[in-house]
Amino acid sequence: MKSIFNKTASMLLALGALSPAAHAVNDLPGGPGNWQLNLHPGVTRIAEEQSWLHWFMLITCLVIFIAVFSVMFYSIWKHRKSVGHKPANFHESVTVEVVWTIIPFLIVIGMALPATKVLVASKDTSNADLTIKATGYQWKWGYDYLKGEGEGVSFLSTLDPTHREMSNEGAKGQMPDDYLLKVDNPLVVPVNKKVRIITTANDVIHSWGVPSLGVKQDAIPGFVRDTWFRAEKTGDFYGQCYELCGKEHAYMPIHVKVVSAQEYTGWVQGEMKKAAAKQDDPTKVWALQDLVARGEKVYAANCAACHQPNGKGGGPIKPLDGSPVVLDPDKSKQIQVVLNGRTTPTGQMPSWKQLSDTDIAAVITFTKNNWSNHTGQVVQPAEVQAQRGK
Amino acid sequence: MSAVLHPDHHASDEHGHEHHGAPTGWRRWVYATNHKDIGTMYLLFAFFNLMVGGALAMLIRAELFQPGLQIVNPELFNQLTTMHGLIMVFGAIMPAFVGFANWMIPLQIGAADMAFARMNNFSFWLLIPAGLMLLGSFFMPGGAPAAGWTLYAPLTLQMGPSMDAAIFALHILGASSIMGSINIIVTILNMRAPGMPLMKMPMFAWTWLITAYLLIAVMPVLAGAITMTLTDRHFGTTFFNPGGGGDPVMFQHIFWFFGHPEVYIMILPAFGIISQVVPAFSRKRLFGYASMVYATSSIAILSFIVWAHHMFTTGMPVTGQLFFMYATMLIAVPTAVKIFNWIATMWQGSMTLETPMLFAIGFIFVFTIGGFTGLILAMAPIDLLLQDTYYVVAHFHYVLVAGSLFAMFAGFYYWSPKWTGVMYNEKAGKWHFWLSLVFFNLTFFPMHFLGLAGMPRRYADYPMQFADFNMIVSLGAFGFGLAQVYFLFAVLLPVMRGRGEPAPQRPWNDPDGKGAEGLEWEVPSPAPFHTFETPPRLDPTATRILDARVMPERHEPVVVPTGH
Repeated sequence: MKSIFNKTASMLLALGALSPAAHAVNDLPGGPGNWQLNLHPGVTRIAEEQSWLHWFMLITCLVIFIAVFSVMFYSIWKHRKSVGHKPANFHESVTVEVVWTIIPFLIVIGMALPATKVLVASKDTSNADLTIKATGYQWKWGYDYLKGEGEGVSFLSTLDPTHREMSNEGAKGQMPDDYLLKVDNPLVVPVNKKVRIITTANDVIHSWGVPSLGVKQDAIPGFVRDTWFRAEKTGDFYGQCYELCGKEHAYMPIHVKVVSAQEYTGWVQGEMKKAAAKQDDPTKVWALQDLVARGEKVYAANCAACHQPNGKGGGPIKPLDGSPVVLDPDKSKQIQVVLNGRTTPTGQMPSWKQLSDTDIAAVITFTKNNWSNHTGQVVQPAEVQAQRGK
Repeated sequence: MSAVLHPDHHASDEHGHEHHGAPTGWRRWVYATNHKDIGTMYLLFAFFNLMVGGALAMLIRAELFQPGLQIVNPELFNQLTTMHGLIMVFGAIMPAFVGFANWMIPLQIGAADMAFARMNNFSFWLLIPAGLMLLGSFFMPGGAPAAGWTLYAPLTLQMGPSMDAAIFALHILGASSIMGSINIIVTILNMRAPGMPLMKMPMFAWTWLITAYLLIAVMPVLAGAITMTLTDRHFGTTFFNPGGGGDPVMFQHIFWFFGHPEVYIMILPAFGIISQVVPAFSRKRLFGYASMVYATSSIAILSFIVWAHHMFTTGMPVTGQLFFMYATMLIAVPTAVKIFNWIATMWQGSMTLETPMLFAIGFIFVFTIGGFTGLILAMAPIDLLLQDTYYVVAHFHYVLVAGSLFAMFAGFYYWSPKWTGVMYNEKAGKWHFWLSLVFFNLTFFPMHFLGLAGMPRRYADYPMQFADFNMIVSLGAFGFGLAQVYFLFAVLLPVMRGRGEPAPQRPWNDPDGKGAEGLEWEVPSPAPFHTFETPPRLDPTATRILDARVMPERHEPVVVPTGH
């Protein structure tokens, strides 16, 4: 016994020593709070009704729980042998048994009615003002604005790579409030507009959920599903992937930025301009340094999570530094692996065909000319394009 | 009446089993056909797996003690959560209940042994290669399976060769379960002592009869789902692979058609144990025996039509969600009836609080919390927020740990005097209970808050705001783990070595005969190697034996109880 107490005591001491680090962050509005006990404050009508429903259930269940267990503990207290209670002899009563079957049945019906109302409302995705497709990738989200203002806008949303490194380093020191929730490109939507989110996935099942908006919908490869929300407040709202999707499951957050109608229009125009400027000419011939510089960024955002910044990989993840495929003079081998992925007995490299030809050319050139790899080979976007579909 | 108690009987029975023609050495165990020996092996196998699965849980909690990655990488973390689930469900809880069934069902119904003694041996020894294959998968290239214990496609298609090992292990475990179930059904239906109709059968035998039917119904479904996963992985089929037109959601439907009855497979025998323990220590017959049987049966039937409540976020049509929501909420009714019956059994009783009763009361109290969170999760609109969060983790540990595991501890403390012939250390048992109860709640109660705040399950790292509760949860988990190690050294090993007060034949009865009832208490402690070789003649309540001839080693006269 003593050893257990000693261990607990020493752990509590450790707790005391560690807790300042754990307390160093503030609540994150639109995301989780410290010591948060209940659901997030809802910013959609559905989320508010879910919250109401939860309170209703919690209180009903608590009342029943206290009533039932008062009877039990009263009985344990009063009907003990040590206080000299003699056992009674009854062991059935049809009336009582029928009554306590019917009462729970009625209570359950009383609970089901309001739940039905909220459920039916939450499933009605018709008449949306804006339709956005959210695609789950291992391990990031892709957003395509399909219909409504902003149609045609399309981008990937990835966890800030510095947060991924902080995680590897054990989350020590001063941590940001939005640790593991900060993305490069948040999903921007207008306030008070019905936004329909269509989910699908590229590889395995993911789940797109944002607690404050009261939505969660699995993203299933090969299928489309939908959900909707109408945010009634502007602000930043955070969610994460809710379906186990492989090793980086914890590192594909969701950040929804709800803005006013004017801001939204401005944002859409900016995105359109950016898209036009970013439109790479796939026939452009690049110089080695330019491609390596661009490839380094693509690598940090997409590849470093598995292959590591030092290119050494780890466990079933193959190293790129010194890899025969990377060093191979036949450039098409590596292009094929990046485009289509590869399954080995120990694991799987996902397909990266969603990246542009220029990005793929850049990242391959980068890996061929970084660390101890000095091939001097340059892969041009046109070569990637030629390998697509092969 | 007092003559049926044998306070001195154990004195000559220190090495009782050796006098009754038991085989010795390794042959006794490898060739075992005796239901008691096989039951013991099942229970030891289950306890070993409980410790292994528990060690994995400790690693998980050590990693989650603080935000950031400290001990394991995310890949190994997923392997740990997956293997913790598989080992606990298929290696610990299910074999433990089969162990209880092997030991107690023949004793409770007055049968000489299980119906198919050699198949019984086979279904135990199948567990060993399956267990080795499952555990060995950690050492295969790429590590253990990491797709979650639910093995959702198409993530399973990305796993290494260990996935195949796990699939074969589950096939074998399923075959073993089916054989065990057939054995239990045939034993119960054909080998009850004359004078024991089904409706006078002890509740533990009843719940296992129903559980065995559930097992036979759903284990082939699991086998089908994982076989399709296997052919998807290796033979180019595309049942669940969307790349070839397959449907990943179909896997979930098939898996949960197995998985939800599986949940009841893991809890109905626990209900049975509690229905034995509560009356014994209340010194009163079980209230509403018939309604208990009907409630158990209706839970079993309902369990087949609620599976998709695990899938509210996959995007079913609204009518489908409504159907599964209503059906799930209906299960609250028979479950409530059971709770009320147990409390009515205690009401006006004459209670004592030995360790089995403590665990039974702990079960009722904490399991009900898990039941209520189940009701909350059953509401599809709330489940949209809580699906795949720590709320779900809290819920199923409340029903599986405080449910199944606590009931098994109650059963162990209740029946171990009969198994081992010695009384466990009551003080150690009480310590074990209170440590388990406190640390259990410290571990799993804060998980409700984490889930409500939106923390997803199966995460190796989490936002800083979740850090405080996670630290408490981890501390609770370490305490709970240590409490079980304490159980091993302070309770289990001593009674297995035969250390402790010699157990009377009826350890749980007062001198006036009030207390535990049932045929298992009609045989000496420890139970002789062979019991009820001749079918016993039973009194009208089917809880007492009228003749002494079935117990040749018993020399004392038997006094028939007068009136009941």
